[in-house]
Amino acid sequence: MDLSYSPEHEAFRRETVAFIEANKHLAPRPGGPSPLAWQALLIEKGYAARTIPKAYGGYGAEPDILKSRIIAEEFAKAQISPGMGGQGISMLVPTLLEMGTEEQKTQFIGPTLRGELLWCQGYSEPNAGSDLASLATKGELVGDEWVINGQKIWTSTAHLAHWIFCLVRTEPDAAKHEGISFLLFSMDTPGIEIRPLVDMTGAANFNEVFFTDVRVPKDQIVGKRGQGWQVANSILRHERGSLADPNTMLSRVNALADMMKSETLDGRPVMDNPIYRDRLMQIQGRVLAMRCNDLRLLSSAVNKQNPGVAAMVVKLQGTELRHELEALAIDVLGELGLLYGDTPRLRGHGSWQRDYMYFLGLIIGGGTSQIQKNIIAERGLGMPREAKLASA
Amino acid sequence: MEFGLSQEQVMLQASVERFLADQGGLTRTRKFIGEGEARAHDVLEGLAGLGVMGLIIPEAFGGVGLSFLDAAIVSEALGRFVTPAPYVGTAVLAPLALMRAGSEAQKTEWLPKLAAGDLVAGVALSEATGARGDAGVRLKDGKLVGTALFVIDYEADIFIVADLDGRLHLVAADAPGLTRTSLKTIDGTRPTGELTFEGVSAEVLAASSPAVLRELIDVGRVMFAADILGAAQDMLDQAVAYSKERKQFERAIATFQAVKHMCAEMVAALEPCRAMVWYAAYALDALPAEASVTACHAKAHLSEVGTFVARRSTEVHGGMGFTDLVGLHYWFKRIGFDRQILGGPQTVREDAARLQGFSS
Repeated sequence: MDLSYSPEHEAFRRETVAFIEANKHLAPRPGGPSPLAWQALLIEKGYAARTIPKAYGGYGAEPDILKSRIIAEEFAKAQISPGMGGQGISMLVPTLLEMGTEEQKTQFIGPTLRGELLWCQGYSEPNAGSDLASLATKGELVGDEWVINGQKIWTSTAHLAHWIFCLVRTEPDAAKHEGISFLLFSMDTPGIEIRPLVDMTGAANFNEVFFTDVRVPKDQIVGKRGQGWQVANSILRHERGSLADPNTMLSRVNALADMMKSETLDGRPVMDNPIYRDRLMQIQGRVLAMRCNDLRLLSSAVNKQNPGVAAMVVKLQGTELRHELEALAIDVLGELGLLYGDTPRLRGHGSWQRDYMYFLGLIIGGGTSQIQKNIIAERGLGMPREAKLASA
Repeated sequence: MEFGLSQEQVMLQASVERFLADQGGLTRTRKFIGEGEARAHDVLEGLAGLGVMGLIIPEAFGGVGLSFLDAAIVSEALGRFVTPAPYVGTAVLAPLALMRAGSEAQKTEWLPKLAAGDLVAGVALSEATGARGDAGVRLKDGKLVGTALFVIDYEADIFIVADLDGRLHLVAADAPGLTRTSLKTIDGTRPTGELTFEGVSAEVLAASSPAVLRELIDVGRVMFAADILGAAQDMLDQAVAYSKERKQFERAIATFQAVKHMCAEMVAALEPCRAMVWYAAYALDALPAEASVTACHAKAHLSEVGTFVARRSTEVHGGMGFTDLVGLHYWFKRIGFDRQILGGPQTVREDAARLQGFSS
């Protein structure tokens, strides 16, 4: 056990801090500098797209998990944007690097990294949620084109995206998991209709996307025909861990503690109430456990060890914990905790209520808590799968 | 940056576990309780042979001079095997009290005997973490008076006793004026009891200070947290194994989602606890600014998760879980003991709040 960093990494941290100090006035903010210029600067200096090869528009550094962590920590500490995110950068780029053709890498990765090309992800369907592999959106090869018909749902940023990476059933006679292909196409293609889906937070974070005879060139496929499930699965794993960052939770606990010291009830700080205080300490202890687990995962990644079940539990534990953390803040505020939207007396810009609801969405999205438990039991504990229905 | 156990630590834990398994595990524990043994001499000797009793004692005093993290992973092993051996008092807290607050003469006299396993040392810290009723020991006219409850490693030859002013004293078990009363708890693996002092002469540990007392409490809490980790992990392992064996409706009950989800919830809560115990023990060694708060959180959180795992893993076993035949209750009760000793979760969390200035 040694939590110190090497001199090389300490020096890298100082460099990063110095860069932030010198350039933070260029970071994007409402009415301020544009995110595209900031993104270009971060890539040039190696603070974004760090390990993506230069030939594809990245910085081209050797992977170094600790350096990536240092960048994330220092940008978070300074509360400035660590560059653009989104499903194109976080999910499609790693997939293309692994499974894409040379043409696809050259065509898509650079513009995606620079923020010129925004993507959305077409996976879930009304009848393919937890059982994603039962998806039914159909792709039929007619001449040199896929003709796509069907519907996707929970498509975040579909209304902003230029392109979509989409799972489509192209082999109707193959087994469920072997009949899916991973296609890429422009959202401007005729036959696509987008309907916003307003969620309980009041925002339209998602959309429904309808395809009617959408024609896509045959070569806009990643991997082979019928390999789409494998392609998609490699990045779904990537998504799950990132939904519940313990360092964000820790700063949320600190903000909650500050609020409990400043908010009063009958003239006394809420922190003086032993029941609220005990609930805060419970949450703080649980967050600490997840932070320790996160350090363990970081260390296994650095040392190329398999973290096993410690990694599988992160999405389940983290999203539930974050939801409860926000719930405590609302209880601490009492009636004030009900305030939402543009209103007098609003606390924390409404973030406590918003995140309380938003994290319920994340408990469900990206593989529900119940599906997570099946995965943990079956893959983590080696418990056998459920017996199949006789008729199925 | 290396978050985890070293190769040596993995080997240390494995060798202790191998010894405990060879010793008979639950069978040895049943005998200890069934025959009303006061001290498991064979287990104590074996542990001393492995260096466990002198684990944190410096080599100059006959020990091996290892860290609190090493002590914690041994504690975890003892919890896993519900071992009825003195450890937290004798091998960790009493040596630590002597190392931090004892004179050279006291160290020279007592530490080598503790390291060799020739001596069992009880530790009375309960009142320093919250005094029940009129419990508490005071120095009056140079002699100890009062009562100390729930002594750790009670079947001992000497005792380290914290008085209400935070000073530590060393008392022989047969000191005139000292009355010992055994207290029978749910956990038969951990003899405990109370000490009544009616004007007892004791040796003060001259370098006693609030900081030393604080460290003893922190270290003790992390050791009991580690014991919970081992005990709870074993209960979970037993539950998963049982669910794969046990058939109902012509299938293993492990195929049912209701059973799977119970097991998944247990491992999801418990696995991060492993990293937390490592971190809390490492903080005792290397991160003094965080050590106390982290120790409180480790103790409280492991207590909550341990209680949850103890209950759920028993349920997975159905009716058999409730019986003495399977014997799960030895682990269940061990975790129950670990939860209350040196402060239950609410007490310890309030301590964490106070340390951070959240509570006056």
